[in-house]
Amino acid sequence: MYSFNYVFTIIISSGFVVWLSKVFPLVILKKYKLNEKAVSFLSFVPITIMSALWFESLFVQHLGQLPGLDIENLVASVPTILSAILTRSLLVIVVVGIISLALIRVIGI
Amino acid sequence: MNDQLTRKRAVIETMPTVLGYVGIGITVGIVGRASGLTVLEVLLMSMITYGGSVQFVIISMIIRHSELLPIILATFLVNARMILISMSVAPYLEQESVLKNILLGTLLTDETYVLSMNKINYTKKRLNFEWLNISNLIAYFTWAIASFTGALIGDYVGTPKKFGLDFALVAMFIGLLYLQIISEREIKMMLQLLVVLFTLLAIYIGLIFIPANILILLATILGCSFGVIMKNVFF
Repeated sequence: MYSFNYVFTIIISSGFVVWLSKVFPLVILKKYKLNEKAVSFLSFVPITIMSALWFESLFVQHLGQLPGLDIENLVASVPTILSAILTRSLLVIVVVGIISLALIRVIGI
Repeated sequence: MNDQLTRKRAVIETMPTVLGYVGIGITVGIVGRASGLTVLEVLLMSMITYGGSVQFVIISMIIRHSELLPIILATFLVNARMILISMSVAPYLEQESVLKNILLGTLLTDETYVLSMNKINYTKKRLNFEWLNISNLIAYFTWAIASFTGALIGDYVGTPKKFGLDFALVAMFIGLLYLQIISEREIKMMLQLLVVLFTLLAIYIGLIFIPANILILLATILGCSFGVIMKNVFF
């Protein structure tokens, strides 16, 4: 257990940092327009963020060495991608993903 | 998805993502309890810090009795991608008041952001307060309730791993990525695939010497730069 004050101070400070990174750009950019280069740069954010978050989950980090493969997540990604292509439904994709990983753990790949 | 930016459409279009938050929210609750936080502390962290992956980082630092300053720095670095996200959505919310922008920014997440970038492909690049606010609120309360539930059941279920719930968020990333690629019309499909491949390479090489949590931000910046350069040179 930790003192409530210690944890609460951390919650409030980190909350403020998170809040500022989300709100500050929105407020500032109401005043200033982004130039064309910046807009073009930012148009790639959705696909790169999703890719980065996905790919990071496929590897096991060993700092100083080549990363290992997270076989479970890698294998579970296959039916998940297939369900995305076949159904284009987020709900189906998430459910298929959860079931795939659960099955993989039961079978023990 | 269609071209209507109503509250009702926001509910319909956000509901499918709820499962993703439930899975990882329950996990953050269980991990929080297992790490010695109280149910109240878990709930407050989910409702005030509201940072998703950053909460796992904070919890892991609390376990090591870390000082406040390193925790704040780690929070900033892990969460800095939100600066890019917020900048990217800003042009579509220009017409809304400052207060509404602050509200939308406060509850913005990776997922509601990508969902809204997906949405604008159907609305002739329009976005509004009503739609995004409802989407954000659904995400926020799902997250709060899920982590609260996770904290409550944390004492009984032990490791959350066996249920496959930890893959819910990854599945959501895959789904949102695919839906974004097929609905995006401004960037050619080939270029998008190249950017995705480049990001894979950046993550793989980056993992050798950069902590994973910070690498996400770096890979995003590199991936976007690569996209801009390729677009100017070849597309």
